[in-house]
Amino acid sequence: MYSQGLIGADGRTEESEAFLDAFQKRIDAEEKIEPKDAMPEGYRRTLIRQIGQHAHSEIVGMLPEGNWITRAPSLKRKAALLAKVQDEGGHGLYLYAAAETLGVSREQMTEELLSGKAKYSSIFNYPTLNWADMGAIGWLVDGAAIMNQIPLCRCSFGPYARAMIRVCKEESFHQRQGYEIMLTLCRGTAEQKQMAQDALDRLWWPALMMFGPHDADSAHSEQSMKWKIKRFSNDQLRQKFIDATVPQAEYLGLTVPDPDLRWDDSLNGGKGGYAHGDIDWDEFWRVVKGDGVMNRDRIKARKKAWDDGAWVREAALKHAEKRAMRKTQEAAE
Amino acid sequence: MTEQETPLWEVFIRPRNGLAHRHVGSVHAADEVLALDAARDVYTRRGEGNSIWVVRSDAIAASDPDHADETFDPTADKIYRHPTFYEIPEDVGHM
Ligand SMILES: [Fe+2]
Ligand SMILES: [Fe+2]
Repeated sequence: MYSQGLIGADGRTEESEAFLDAFQKRIDAEEKIEPKDAMPEGYRRTLIRQIGQHAHSEIVGMLPEGNWITRAPSLKRKAALLAKVQDEGGHGLYLYAAAETLGVSREQMTEELLSGKAKYSSIFNYPTLNWADMGAIGWLVDGAAIMNQIPLCRCSFGPYARAMIRVCKEESFHQRQGYEIMLTLCRGTAEQKQMAQDALDRLWWPALMMFGPHDADSAHSEQSMKWKIKRFSNDQLRQKFIDATVPQAEYLGLTVPDPDLRWDDSLNGGKGGYAHGDIDWDEFWRVVKGDGVMNRDRIKARKKAWDDGAWVREAALKHAEKRAMRKTQEAAE
Repeated sequence: MTEQETPLWEVFIRPRNGLAHRHVGSVHAADEVLALDAARDVYTRRGEGNSIWVVRSDAIAASDPDHADETFDPTADKIYRHPTFYEIPEDVGHM
Protein backbone atom coordinates (compact mmCIF):
# COMPACT_ATOMS: atom_id res chain seq x y z
CA MET A 1 0.00 0.00 0.00
CA TYR A 2 0.70 3.21 0.53
CA SER A 3 -2.14 5.58 1.04
CA GLN A 4 -1.39 8.79 2.75
CA GLY A 5 -3.56 11.34 4.43
CA LEU A 6 -5.46 12.56 1.42
CA ILE A 7 -3.85 15.55 -0.25
CA GLY A 8 -6.23 18.33 -1.31
CA ALA A 9 -9.49 16.43 -0.98
CA ASP A 10 -12.68 18.26 -1.77
CA GLY A 11 -15.75 16.92 -0.02
CA ARG A 12 -18.24 19.67 -0.99
CA THR A 13 -21.72 18.57 -1.95
CA GLU A 14 -24.76 20.36 -3.31
CA GLU A 15 -27.50 17.82 -2.62
CA SER A 16 -30.64 18.56 -0.59
CA GLU A 17 -30.50 18.39 3.17
CA ALA A 18 -32.97 15.48 3.27
CA PHE A 19 -30.83 13.44 0.87
CA LEU A 20 -27.64 14.10 2.81
CA ASP A 21 -29.34 13.28 6.13
CA ALA A 22 -30.66 9.99 4.79
CA PHE A 23 -27.20 9.12 3.49
CA GLN A 24 -25.58 10.03 6.81
CA LYS A 25 -28.10 7.80 8.62
CA ARG A 26 -26.98 4.84 6.52
CA ILE A 27 -23.35 5.65 7.32
CA ASP A 28 -24.06 6.03 11.04
CA ALA A 29 -25.82 2.64 11.02
CA GLU A 30 -22.56 1.16 9.64
CA GLU A 31 -24.26 0.20 6.39
CA LYS A 32 -21.81 -0.29 3.52
CA ILE A 33 -22.29 1.86 0.43
CA GLU A 34 -22.08 -0.06 -2.85
CA PRO A 35 -21.16 1.42 -6.25
CA LYS A 36 -24.66 1.79 -7.74
CA ASP A 37 -26.19 3.25 -4.55
CA ALA A 38 -27.21 6.88 -4.45
CA MET A 39 -24.40 8.89 -2.83
CA PRO A 40 -23.44 12.54 -2.47
CA GLU A 41 -21.20 13.76 -5.29
CA GLY A 42 -18.66 14.86 -2.68
CA TYR A 43 -18.49 11.33 -1.29
CA ARG A 44 -17.93 9.94 -4.78
CA ARG A 45 -15.31 12.58 -5.65
CA THR A 46 -13.43 12.12 -2.38
CA LEU A 47 -13.30 8.36 -2.87
CA ILE A 48 -12.24 8.51 -6.51
CA ARG A 49 -9.44 10.83 -5.49
CA GLN A 50 -8.36 8.86 -2.42
CA ILE A 51 -8.53 5.40 -4.03
CA GLY A 52 -6.81 6.77 -7.13
CA GLN A 53 -3.97 8.30 -5.07
CA HIS A 54 -3.69 5.06 -3.17
CA ALA A 55 -3.53 2.99 -6.38
CA HIS A 56 -0.93 5.31 -7.93
CA SER A 57 1.15 5.03 -4.75
CA GLU A 58 1.21 1.24 -5.01
CA ILE A 59 2.29 1.41 -8.65
CA VAL A 60 4.94 4.12 -8.23
CA GLY A 61 5.99 2.32 -5.03
CA MET A 62 7.24 -0.57 -7.16
CA LEU A 63 10.04 1.63 -8.54
CA PRO A 64 12.29 2.31 -5.51
CA GLU A 65 12.35 -1.39 -4.63
CA GLY A 66 12.43 -2.63 -8.21
CA ASN A 67 15.68 -0.68 -8.34
CA TRP A 68 17.32 -3.30 -6.06
CA ILE A 69 15.94 -6.60 -7.39
CA THR A 70 18.94 -7.34 -9.61
CA ARG A 71 21.35 -6.41 -6.82
CA ALA A 72 19.77 -8.31 -3.91
CA PRO A 73 22.54 -10.00 -1.89
CA SER A 74 21.16 -13.54 -2.08
CA LEU A 75 18.66 -15.63 -4.02
CA LYS A 76 16.38 -15.72 -0.98
CA ARG A 77 16.32 -11.93 -0.71
CA LYS A 78 15.85 -11.57 -4.45
CA ALA A 79 12.87 -13.95 -4.51
CA ALA A 80 11.28 -12.17 -1.53
CA LEU A 81 11.79 -8.70 -3.00
CA LEU A 82 10.44 -9.80 -6.36
CA ALA A 83 7.33 -11.25 -4.67
CA LYS A 84 6.87 -8.06 -2.66
CA VAL A 85 7.12 -5.79 -5.68
CA GLN A 86 4.69 -8.05 -7.54
CA ASP A 87 2.28 -7.75 -4.58
CA GLU A 88 2.47 -3.95 -4.79
CA GLY A 89 1.52 -4.15 -8.46
CA GLY A 90 -1.41 -6.33 -7.43
CA HIS A 91 -2.44 -3.80 -4.76
CA GLY A 92 -2.46 -1.08 -7.37
CA LEU A 93 -4.71 -3.17 -9.60
CA TYR A 94 -7.19 -4.10 -6.81
CA LEU A 95 -7.46 -0.40 -6.05
CA TYR A 96 -7.86 0.78 -9.63
CA ALA A 97 -10.67 -1.79 -9.94
CA ALA A 98 -12.33 -0.39 -6.79
CA ALA A 99 -12.08 3.20 -8.11
CA GLU A 100 -13.50 2.16 -11.47
CA THR A 101 -16.75 1.04 -9.80
CA LEU A 102 -17.33 4.76 -9.10
CA GLY A 103 -17.37 5.64 -12.78
CA VAL A 104 -13.80 6.75 -13.47
CA SER A 105 -11.94 4.88 -16.23
CA ARG A 106 -8.54 3.24 -15.90
CA GLU A 107 -7.30 5.26 -18.86
CA GLN A 108 -8.39 8.48 -17.16
CA MET A 109 -6.55 7.58 -13.95
CA THR A 110 -3.42 6.56 -15.84
CA GLU A 111 -3.48 9.81 -17.74
CA GLU A 112 -3.79 11.80 -14.53
CA LEU A 113 -0.77 10.04 -13.04
CA LEU A 114 1.38 10.48 -16.14
CA SER A 115 0.45 14.14 -16.58
CA GLY A 116 1.36 14.85 -12.97
CA LYS A 117 -2.20 15.90 -12.11
CA ALA A 118 -2.78 13.02 -9.69
CA LYS A 119 -0.75 12.74 -6.51
CA TYR A 120 0.85 9.69 -4.94
CA SER A 121 2.57 9.11 -1.61
CA SER A 122 5.50 11.49 -1.12
CA ILE A 123 7.68 8.70 0.33
CA PHE A 124 8.40 7.28 -3.13
CA ASN A 125 10.09 10.46 -4.25
CA TYR A 126 13.07 9.63 -2.06
CA PRO A 127 15.92 7.61 -3.58
CA THR A 128 16.92 4.10 -2.44
CA LEU A 129 20.67 4.42 -2.02
CA ASN A 130 21.82 1.20 -0.40
CA TRP A 131 20.57 -2.33 0.25
CA ALA A 132 19.58 -1.43 3.81
CA ASP A 133 16.91 0.84 2.31
CA MET A 134 15.05 -2.33 1.28
CA GLY A 135 14.96 -3.28 4.94
CA ALA A 136 13.93 0.19 6.12
CA ILE A 137 11.21 0.47 3.47
CA GLY A 138 9.63 -2.86 4.38
CA TRP A 139 9.84 -2.11 8.09
CA LEU A 140 8.89 1.61 8.12
CA VAL A 141 7.05 2.34 4.88
CA ASP A 142 5.00 -0.84 4.78
CA GLY A 143 4.64 -0.52 8.56
CA ALA A 144 3.16 2.97 8.19
CA ALA A 145 1.03 1.69 5.33
CA ILE A 146 -0.41 -1.05 7.54
CA MET A 147 -1.32 1.50 10.24
CA ASN A 148 -3.18 3.49 7.59
CA GLN A 149 -4.82 0.54 5.89
CA ILE A 150 -6.17 -1.51 8.77
CA PRO A 151 -8.88 1.04 9.58
CA LEU A 152 -9.61 1.33 5.84
CA CYS A 153 -10.80 -2.30 5.94
CA ARG A 154 -13.86 -0.83 7.71
CA CYS A 155 -14.30 2.04 5.24
CA SER A 156 -17.96 2.77 4.44
CA PHE A 157 -17.45 2.17 0.71
CA GLY A 158 -17.74 -1.59 0.09
CA PRO A 159 -15.31 -2.13 -2.81
CA TYR A 160 -12.55 -0.09 -1.10
CA ALA A 161 -13.01 -1.96 2.18
CA ARG A 162 -12.89 -5.34 0.41
CA ALA A 163 -9.75 -4.40 -1.54
CA MET A 164 -8.13 -3.29 1.73
CA ILE A 165 -8.84 -6.60 3.46
CA ARG A 166 -7.00 -8.38 0.66
CA VAL A 167 -4.13 -5.86 0.77
CA CYS A 168 -3.74 -6.04 4.55
CA LYS A 169 -3.41 -9.83 4.42
CA GLU A 170 -0.43 -9.42 2.10
CA GLU A 171 1.26 -6.48 3.83
CA SER A 172 2.37 -8.31 6.92
CA PHE A 173 4.91 -10.34 4.91
CA HIS A 174 6.24 -7.07 3.52
CA GLN A 175 6.92 -5.56 6.91
CA ARG A 176 8.38 -8.74 8.36
CA GLN A 177 10.80 -9.33 5.46
CA GLY A 178 11.96 -5.70 5.83
CA TYR A 179 12.51 -5.98 9.57
CA GLU A 180 14.39 -9.24 9.04
CA ILE A 181 16.75 -7.49 6.61
CA MET A 182 17.36 -4.78 9.26
CA LEU A 183 17.92 -7.43 11.93
CA THR A 184 20.44 -9.29 9.78
CA LEU A 185 22.36 -6.08 9.06
CA CYS A 186 22.33 -5.06 12.73
CA ARG A 187 23.75 -8.43 13.76
CA GLY A 188 26.44 -8.21 11.07
CA THR A 189 29.64 -6.17 10.91
CA ALA A 190 29.89 -2.62 12.26
CA GLU A 191 29.76 -1.39 8.68
CA GLN A 192 26.56 -3.32 7.97
CA LYS A 193 24.96 -1.95 11.12
CA GLN A 194 25.96 1.52 10.00
CA MET A 195 24.15 0.91 6.70
CA ALA A 196 20.99 0.09 8.64
CA GLN A 197 21.37 3.24 10.79
CA ASP A 198 21.91 5.34 7.68
CA ALA A 199 18.73 3.98 6.08
CA LEU A 200 16.75 4.71 9.26
CA ASP A 201 18.22 8.22 9.43
CA ARG A 202 17.08 9.01 5.90
CA LEU A 203 13.67 7.30 5.94
CA TRP A 204 12.34 8.00 9.46
CA TRP A 205 11.00 11.50 8.85
CA PRO A 206 9.62 10.78 5.37
CA ALA A 207 7.82 7.76 6.89
CA LEU A 208 6.18 10.02 9.51
CA MET A 209 5.08 12.36 6.72
CA MET A 210 3.24 9.48 5.04
CA PHE A 211 0.34 10.07 7.45
CA GLY A 212 -0.23 13.49 5.92
CA PRO A 213 -0.43 17.00 7.40
CA HIS A 214 -1.30 17.71 11.06
CA ASP A 215 -5.03 17.44 11.82
CA ALA A 216 -5.24 21.22 12.22
CA ASP A 217 -3.96 21.68 8.64
CA SER A 218 -5.94 18.84 7.11
CA ALA A 219 -9.01 20.73 5.92
CA HIS A 220 -11.18 17.92 4.57
CA SER A 221 -10.35 15.26 7.14
CA GLU A 222 -13.42 15.99 9.24
CA GLN A 223 -15.90 15.26 6.43
CA SER A 224 -14.05 12.04 5.57
CA MET A 225 -14.33 10.93 9.20
CA LYS A 226 -18.04 11.78 9.26
CA TRP A 227 -18.60 9.67 6.15
CA LYS A 228 -16.48 6.90 7.73
CA ILE A 229 -14.08 6.86 4.81
CA LYS A 230 -11.43 7.51 7.45
CA ARG A 231 -11.69 6.18 10.99
CA PHE A 232 -8.70 7.89 12.61
CA SER A 233 -7.10 11.26 12.05
CA ASN A 234 -3.62 11.71 10.53
CA ASP A 235 -2.08 12.58 13.90
CA GLN A 236 -3.75 9.64 15.67
CA LEU A 237 -2.36 7.20 13.12
CA ARG A 238 1.08 8.81 13.20
CA GLN A 239 1.15 8.47 16.99
CA LYS A 240 0.18 4.80 16.81
CA PHE A 241 2.97 4.21 14.31
CA ILE A 242 5.61 5.94 16.45
CA ASP A 243 4.54 4.08 19.58
CA ALA A 244 4.76 0.75 17.77
CA THR A 245 8.02 1.45 15.96
CA VAL A 246 10.31 3.04 18.56
CA PRO A 247 10.64 -0.19 20.62
CA GLN A 248 11.39 -2.10 17.39
CA ALA A 249 14.24 0.33 16.65
CA GLU A 250 15.53 -0.17 20.20
CA TYR A 251 15.52 -3.93 19.69
CA LEU A 252 17.67 -3.45 16.60
CA GLY A 253 20.04 -1.27 18.61
CA LEU A 254 19.45 1.66 16.28
CA THR A 255 18.86 5.31 17.16
CA VAL A 256 15.73 7.06 15.94
CA PRO A 257 17.00 10.32 14.40
CA ASP A 258 14.89 12.63 16.58
CA PRO A 259 16.65 14.31 19.53
CA ASP A 260 13.27 15.40 20.94
CA LEU A 261 11.82 11.90 21.06
CA ARG A 262 10.87 10.99 24.64
CA TRP A 263 8.29 9.00 26.58
CA ASP A 264 5.38 11.13 27.76
CA ASP A 265 2.95 9.70 30.34
CA SER A 266 0.25 12.19 29.40
CA LEU A 267 -0.13 11.04 25.77
CA ASN A 268 -2.81 8.67 24.46
CA GLY A 269 -5.30 9.76 27.10
CA GLY A 270 -2.96 9.03 30.00
CA LYS A 271 -1.74 5.66 28.72
CA GLY A 272 1.54 7.22 27.65
CA GLY A 273 3.30 7.39 24.32
CA TYR A 274 6.29 8.87 22.53
CA ALA A 275 6.37 12.63 22.03
CA HIS A 276 8.27 13.55 18.89
CA GLY A 277 10.06 16.58 17.47
CA ASP A 278 8.75 18.92 14.77
CA ILE A 279 8.15 17.55 11.31
CA ASP A 280 9.60 19.58 8.44
CA TRP A 281 6.35 20.38 6.60
CA ASP A 282 8.13 22.63 4.13
CA GLU A 283 9.97 19.57 2.91
CA PHE A 284 6.71 17.58 2.78
CA TRP A 285 4.96 20.15 0.59
CA ARG A 286 8.04 20.59 -1.58
CA VAL A 287 8.06 16.86 -2.31
CA VAL A 288 4.28 16.62 -2.75
CA LYS A 289 4.36 19.51 -5.21
CA GLY A 290 6.97 17.82 -7.38
CA ASP A 291 10.35 18.92 -6.10
CA GLY A 292 11.54 15.79 -4.35
CA VAL A 293 14.78 14.17 -5.49
CA MET A 294 12.99 11.50 -7.52
CA ASN A 295 9.66 13.04 -8.66
CA ARG A 296 10.72 13.55 -12.27
CA ASP A 297 12.41 10.14 -12.47
CA ARG A 298 9.36 8.30 -11.16
CA ILE A 299 6.97 9.84 -13.67
CA LYS A 300 9.49 9.40 -16.46
CA ALA A 301 9.76 5.69 -15.62
CA ARG A 302 5.95 5.29 -15.57
CA LYS A 303 5.65 7.14 -18.88
CA LYS A 304 8.27 4.95 -20.46
CA ALA A 305 6.53 1.78 -19.24
CA TRP A 306 3.21 3.04 -20.61
CA ASP A 307 4.65 4.09 -23.98
CA ASP A 308 6.75 0.95 -24.37
CA GLY A 309 3.64 -1.14 -23.69
CA ALA A 310 1.51 0.63 -26.29
CA TRP A 311 2.25 -1.85 -29.08
CA VAL A 312 1.40 -4.77 -26.77
CA ARG A 313 -2.02 -3.30 -25.92
CA GLU A 314 -2.65 -2.54 -29.56
CA ALA A 315 -1.61 -6.00 -30.74
CA ALA A 316 -3.73 -7.72 -28.07
CA LEU A 317 -6.82 -5.77 -29.11
CA LYS A 318 -6.21 -6.48 -32.80
CA HIS A 319 -5.72 -10.16 -32.05
CA ALA A 320 -8.95 -10.26 -30.04
CA GLU A 321 -10.76 -8.57 -32.93
CA LYS A 322 -9.41 -11.12 -35.40
CA ARG A 323 -10.43 -14.04 -33.21
CA ALA A 324 -13.93 -12.66 -32.76
CA MET A 325 -14.25 -12.21 -36.54
CA ARG A 326 -13.08 -15.75 -37.21
CA LYS A 327 -15.65 -17.04 -34.73
CA THR A 328 -18.54 -15.27 -36.48
CA GLN A 329 -17.30 -16.52 -39.85
CA GLU A 330 -17.16 -20.11 -38.59
CA ALA A 331 -20.64 -19.78 -37.15
CA ALA A 332 -21.94 -18.51 -40.51
CA GLU A 333 -20.45 -21.44 -42.46
CA MET B 1 -5.93 9.84 -25.04
CA THR B 2 -6.99 8.54 -28.45
CA GLU B 3 -6.00 4.98 -27.63
CA GLN B 4 -8.77 2.34 -27.70
CA GLU B 5 -9.88 1.28 -24.20
CA THR B 6 -9.13 -2.27 -23.11
CA PRO B 7 -12.33 -4.05 -21.97
CA LEU B 8 -13.12 -4.65 -18.30
CA TRP B 9 -13.80 -8.17 -16.96
CA GLU B 10 -15.30 -9.20 -13.63
CA VAL B 11 -13.37 -11.98 -11.89
CA PHE B 12 -14.93 -14.85 -9.90
CA ILE B 13 -12.86 -17.38 -7.98
CA ARG B 14 -13.77 -20.71 -6.37
CA PRO B 15 -11.58 -21.11 -3.28
CA ARG B 16 -11.91 -24.90 -3.36
CA ASN B 17 -14.23 -27.62 -4.60
CA GLY B 18 -17.50 -27.62 -2.75
CA LEU B 19 -17.74 -23.81 -2.66
CA ALA B 20 -19.31 -21.46 -5.19
CA HIS B 21 -17.32 -19.03 -7.34
CA ARG B 22 -17.21 -15.66 -5.64
CA HIS B 23 -16.69 -12.19 -7.07
CA VAL B 24 -13.23 -10.83 -6.17
CA GLY B 25 -12.68 -7.79 -8.41
CA SER B 26 -11.97 -6.96 -12.02
CA VAL B 27 -9.18 -6.79 -14.60
CA HIS B 28 -8.65 -5.17 -17.98
CA ALA B 29 -7.81 -7.46 -20.90
CA ALA B 30 -8.28 -7.59 -24.66
CA ASP B 31 -9.95 -11.02 -24.63
CA GLU B 32 -10.98 -13.88 -22.35
CA VAL B 33 -7.64 -15.70 -22.68
CA LEU B 34 -5.66 -12.69 -21.48
CA ALA B 35 -8.34 -11.90 -18.87
CA LEU B 36 -7.88 -15.36 -17.32
CA ASP B 37 -4.09 -14.88 -17.27
CA ALA B 38 -4.40 -11.45 -15.67
CA ALA B 39 -6.95 -12.72 -13.13
CA ARG B 40 -4.59 -15.52 -12.11
CA ASP B 41 -1.67 -13.10 -11.66
CA VAL B 42 -3.68 -10.46 -9.80
CA TYR B 43 -6.05 -12.50 -7.63
CA THR B 44 -4.41 -15.90 -6.94
CA ARG B 45 -0.83 -15.32 -5.80
CA ARG B 46 -1.33 -17.26 -2.56
CA GLY B 47 -3.51 -20.26 -3.31
CA GLU B 48 -6.77 -18.31 -3.20
CA GLY B 49 -8.53 -20.71 -5.51
CA ASN B 50 -8.63 -23.61 -7.96
CA SER B 51 -10.98 -22.20 -10.58
CA ILE B 52 -11.48 -18.79 -12.21
CA TRP B 53 -14.40 -17.35 -14.19
CA VAL B 54 -14.15 -14.09 -16.09
CA VAL B 55 -17.17 -12.27 -17.51
CA ARG B 56 -17.23 -9.09 -19.59
CA SER B 57 -18.44 -6.39 -17.18
CA ASP B 58 -20.76 -4.95 -19.82
CA ALA B 59 -22.45 -8.36 -20.15
CA ILE B 60 -23.76 -8.27 -16.58
CA ALA B 61 -27.35 -7.14 -16.04
CA ALA B 62 -28.04 -5.89 -12.53
CA SER B 63 -31.13 -4.95 -10.53
CA ASP B 64 -31.56 -1.27 -9.77
CA PRO B 65 -30.63 -0.36 -6.18
CA ASP B 66 -33.06 2.59 -6.37
CA HIS B 67 -35.88 0.06 -6.76
CA ALA B 68 -34.56 -2.33 -4.13
CA ASP B 69 -37.58 -1.70 -1.89
CA GLU B 70 -40.16 -2.75 -4.50
CA THR B 71 -37.97 -5.56 -5.79
CA PHE B 72 -37.31 -7.27 -2.48
CA ASP B 73 -40.19 -6.08 -0.31
CA PRO B 74 -42.68 -8.91 -1.06
CA THR B 75 -40.36 -11.43 0.57
CA ALA B 76 -40.84 -9.81 3.97
CA ASP B 77 -44.66 -9.94 4.18
CA LYS B 78 -45.10 -13.57 3.15
CA ILE B 79 -44.44 -15.01 6.56
CA TYR B 80 -46.25 -18.25 5.57
CA ARG B 81 -43.09 -19.05 3.58
CA HIS B 82 -41.28 -19.75 6.83
CA PRO B 83 -41.57 -22.98 8.86
CA THR B 84 -42.27 -21.13 12.12
CA PHE B 85 -45.61 -19.93 10.65
CA TYR B 86 -47.13 -23.41 11.16
CA GLU B 87 -48.12 -24.79 14.54
CA ILE B 88 -47.38 -28.44 15.14
CA PRO B 89 -48.08 -29.93 18.63
CA GLU B 90 -44.94 -30.75 20.59
CA ASP B 91 -46.08 -34.37 20.90
CA VAL B 92 -45.44 -34.84 17.20
CA GLY B 93 -41.73 -34.40 17.86
CA HIS B 94 -39.14 -32.69 15.71
CA MET B 95 -40.27 -31.75 12.22
FE1 LIG C 1 0.98 -2.40 -0.98
FE1 LIG D 1 3.58 -3.42 0.84
